[in-house]
Amino acid sequence: MSRSSSGRRTGGWFGRVLTRRRRHPLAAVTVLLVVLLTCGTAYAAFTPSTQSPLGQATVSQSTQIEEGRQLFAIGCASCHGLNGEGEIRDDGTVLGPSLVGVGAASVDFQVGTGRMPMAAPGAQAPVKPVAYSDEQIAAMAAFVASLAPGPEIPTDDMLDTEAEGVDIARGGLLFRTNCAQCHNTSGQGGALTYGQEAPRLTGVEPKHIYEAMLTGPQAMPVFNDELLDEDDKRDIIAFLTAINEQPDPGGLGIGRVGPVSEGLWAWLVGIGGLIAFAAWVVTRSAAARSAERSSS
Amino acid sequence: MSTTTRTGSDVSTSNNAVLQGAGKVVGFVDQRIAANNWLKRNLRKIFPDHWSFLLGEIALYSLILVLLSGVFLTLWFKPSMAHIIYDGAYVPMRGIGMSEAYASTLQISFEVRGGLLMRQIHHWGTLIFIAAMSVHMLRIFFTGAYRKPRELNWVIGLLLLTLGITNGFTGYSLPDDLLSGTGLRIIEAGILAIPVVGTYVSYFLFGGEYPGEDIISRFYAIHILLVPGLIIALVTVHLMLVWYQKHTQWAGAGKTEKNVVGYPFFPIYVAKAGGFTFIVFGFIVLMSALIQVNPLWFYGPYDPSQVTAGVQPDWYVGFLDGALRVMPPWEFTIFGYHVTPSVLLPAVILPGVLLTLLALYPWIEQRITGDRREHHILERPRNVPVRTGLGVAFIVFYILLWIAGGNDFFATTLHIPVNWVSRFLQVSLIVMPPLAFWITKRICLGLQRRDRDKVLHGMESGVIMVSPEGEFTERHSPLSAAQAYALTAHERPQVHEAGAPTDANGIPNPNYKHDRRRARISRFYFGDVIPKPTREELEHGHHGHAELEAHSGSDATSDQH
Amino acid sequence: MTTSKSEEMSYPVDHPEHAGELEHRAPAGDPIPDPGLHDPGPRYTDVNPQAQKRADRQVAGMFGLASILIIASIVAYVAFEIETPEGVPNVGEVQVSNFALGMTLGLALLLIGLGAVQWARTLMTSPEFAENRKPLVSSDEVRQATLESFNTGAEETQFGRRKLIRNSLLGAMALLPLPAIVLLRDLGPLPGDTKENTVWAEGVRLLTDVTYQPIRPAQLELGQLVNVMPATYRDLPDHGPAKINERAKSPVMLIRMLPEELSPFDDRENWHVDGIIAYSKICTHAGCPISLYERTTHHMLCPCHQSTFDLADNGKVVFGPATRPLPQLPLAVDNEGYLVAQSDFTEPVGPSYWERGTR
Repeated sequence: MSRSSSGRRTGGWFGRVLTRRRRHPLAAVTVLLVVLLTCGTAYAAFTPSTQSPLGQATVSQSTQIEEGRQLFAIGCASCHGLNGEGEIRDDGTVLGPSLVGVGAASVDFQVGTGRMPMAAPGAQAPVKPVAYSDEQIAAMAAFVASLAPGPEIPTDDMLDTEAEGVDIARGGLLFRTNCAQCHNTSGQGGALTYGQEAPRLTGVEPKHIYEAMLTGPQAMPVFNDELLDEDDKRDIIAFLTAINEQPDPGGLGIGRVGPVSEGLWAWLVGIGGLIAFAAWVVTRSAAARSAERSSS
Repeated sequence: MSTTTRTGSDVSTSNNAVLQGAGKVVGFVDQRIAANNWLKRNLRKIFPDHWSFLLGEIALYSLILVLLSGVFLTLWFKPSMAHIIYDGAYVPMRGIGMSEAYASTLQISFEVRGGLLMRQIHHWGTLIFIAAMSVHMLRIFFTGAYRKPRELNWVIGLLLLTLGITNGFTGYSLPDDLLSGTGLRIIEAGILAIPVVGTYVSYFLFGGEYPGEDIISRFYAIHILLVPGLIIALVTVHLMLVWYQKHTQWAGAGKTEKNVVGYPFFPIYVAKAGGFTFIVFGFIVLMSALIQVNPLWFYGPYDPSQVTAGVQPDWYVGFLDGALRVMPPWEFTIFGYHVTPSVLLPAVILPGVLLTLLALYPWIEQRITGDRREHHILERPRNVPVRTGLGVAFIVFYILLWIAGGNDFFATTLHIPVNWVSRFLQVSLIVMPPLAFWITKRICLGLQRRDRDKVLHGMESGVIMVSPEGEFTERHSPLSAAQAYALTAHERPQVHEAGAPTDANGIPNPNYKHDRRRARISRFYFGDVIPKPTREELEHGHHGHAELEAHSGSDATSDQH
Repeated sequence: MTTSKSEEMSYPVDHPEHAGELEHRAPAGDPIPDPGLHDPGPRYTDVNPQAQKRADRQVAGMFGLASILIIASIVAYVAFEIETPEGVPNVGEVQVSNFALGMTLGLALLLIGLGAVQWARTLMTSPEFAENRKPLVSSDEVRQATLESFNTGAEETQFGRRKLIRNSLLGAMALLPLPAIVLLRDLGPLPGDTKENTVWAEGVRLLTDVTYQPIRPAQLELGQLVNVMPATYRDLPDHGPAKINERAKSPVMLIRMLPEELSPFDDRENWHVDGIIAYSKICTHAGCPISLYERTTHHMLCPCHQSTFDLADNGKVVFGPATRPLPQLPLAVDNEGYLVAQSDFTEPVGPSYWERGTR
């Protein structure tokens, strides 16, 4: 460690330190640590939080089929056809599937979560800000429901997770048997083939979860009320609500996805931090300045 | 053997009560086994100080913490697969059928105060233990510390890493949750893929059909008795060898192959290593207080008919899982019997080959270099470009497999189709390691040139000078004698030249082929190294440097670039 | 290297003096002479009594704070109860308890460590030393003496001459590991045909998993996925491994698509009921249970290693490391109108194994 005696008074304090210290034996270590810390913090910042409040579902009472038809003609008909019959391109690819018989639940889910209208046809219909008001969505749902009978929007009591007889644990068992294979046991979502994804289930309204099971949006299979009845679905929703609201007892949740993020943390924070301590342990404490040395 | 009466006071003459007490203990022991003979030689034993020498210590101390927290967990954990209905504190599982192992893990997490903390310490400690062993081995590899006389300790270290991974995996399986059960099932598939005996081995391991009711109690015995016993025994031998052979050291002023420079064991090393023990303990405990690990209450009890999206093993098994993911499909039959290389190669043969190559590397390198001398001075990675390149190529290969082990995670995080990630990795695994080798070698040679320039022309000072002509140059400050010595104290091996195919009388040299092969390997290993500056060059360089100082030198810097 | 042709013990020794022969030794001498051990001079705390006092206080402060934190951890243990089993979800209390205990204990440990290291760094007065290494190979005399002792001992055993003793001992030692292997025989039963059979059989009803309801074809919509277990599974004994073992091989997924979307093999034309088909959930690659069904593509993805199967095309592998299609369960409807199996699976489910093709 060389002590420079000539004081250069150019540049700011920070610049001087940088200039002087960049040849320091620990400079590389310091840079590495800064990078590691930045990565760790950035990772934590970008790992989506698992808790978000569940809004209250509102069910519109009115069924303004005519208003819905007009909204549909403007917003949906270019892909799904004026009467929801669907559009198939000349080469046989489906531009928009037929909506005859998909029911009000389907519209409420697709439009209510912002998946529809889609910006462009693609493998995945991503969630976007909702484009319509609740009344408009209800109107369009009423219009589509009028084309042919289909799944209805669930009522409030079907979603009441506080009701008597609701069994969170049974909901968990049903969830792990029927849903966790795609959505992950803590509802964090997962990869499907060729760019499709099973979405995260955190922060999703109970109504939309119910509708998704009922209608099987996009690649998701249908779980109708015949084989996964109303009680089963309510239990599943109660389980998801419970674990979404549950704090992480062990500290930071780091995404609740298990080993991959745990491995990253063990390396970046664990080994990174311990090496930083090791680097400090082997340093000698500050040397005496030459003036003091001669005086002693 | 001395016959004089000893008392505590002849060990410590201090007035301090603590030191006197310690002295009495030493005296007591000495009068029974003459311990002072050993203590006299070893109390002031010298250990060199460098941060990279503490990586193995991180592993050792995290191991101790893992052992301590593990003992705590055994007080509640029930290694039983008996089926029970959960009635504990964690409401989202109440009324669910599960094994006693899973139920007792929930109990430790939610009903025992400090239980979750200990579980997290045990898990974080293990992740860090194995990671620390890995970086420790990388340090040993890249600095050539495994060379004679330390080959044995290299092999013991590799065994420890293998045992650590084995114990990590068995421990990961013990709570019998959905994630670890799925991992165990993949291991079963690996066993089934072993030709001839696979099915039988699987039935013997699991006590019949998979999963049976025996595997947790069997893993428990392996996890808390067999493997930890072996680990403790091998760690003891490992440390005894380090102690006996004395630590390696970096080249530098006053440091030779015949000495070791550093601080005495007592007191400096006792304080620093003892203190570092507590630092590692404290750090891991703090991590466990702040960051959740293995939240198995989400995963649910193991049910062989369920699976979760995002199935991953702990990081140290990730490379094997990744290999399974990117291996192309391949199965064939011989005489009606099935061989499945798509499972066998990545799950069984790959780890076997990697371990064998790593274990034999010290001897492989000895064969190539012909160097069978003792070495106590470490080599800087840049000075052995081929070894460093091989090491980096291995790291790249390993990291790619690692990414493959989390390909679905990376696919959803980066919004890339998982199929593309897999295809990309399949190509990368073949292309990237050789590329990494080549790039690393070039970088090493570049750094060698830089060292040479530093010795010849001094160090860039960061001070920019403006000449009267308006030219900007950086001033170079000369190295200290110690710095310059450290940069030139390494060996510059010379390439082995093959002799003539025939001798002067035209009689063929019987060893010519062997000799030529050796020469070729030697050229591969040493062919490109940059010669270190000779005395003449140095004198010339310093002369130029003097000019530089005198004339705010522009000519010397042009020769630098 | 020395190798002796006699029967006497010998071992190769790389004599240090032989090392000089190696041609890659460095060119004689380094360009820069060793300037000798570098003295870094005294530390600030060595010369400045005030700094010394400050360091002293610093270290003692860390140790003292550690004591306080250790007491605090006991307080935290007592103060932060975690809820009784009868209480409401107690996860929040566990979080507080874990945080309080971990922070107090962790900081206490860390401070003890930091204090000890700081003590060594600032106040302990040991200088840097050089210690000589002793050679790690014994001297020629010692080696010679050892060899002689060994040869004397070996001679005294008459091991070389008493061939009968030698061979009978070697024989006994060679046999000794056998009981250890034989004793492990009862670790598990032999496989027999257990890997080839499940509890599926002709006429066995398909039940929804968890709720165990029989299924009529009309209950399935297009794009429906049902996770299914055989009715015979419920009859298995509750205790013992029978149920969990069966769960590892007989789970099935039931799917409905348009009959014209299916392209079954000729011998599988009648395995579906109006586009309702059933496949084993056990992946043929490594045995993960899979039901990641995409109704739009009819793809079935395995989350473990991304093997992808096309369920419209007889479970064919379309991506990933799996080598064989998913086994299909032939379906029929019984006279009460419920879905049943026509038979067991026609091939073993799950990952491949050596004897797979022989039964």
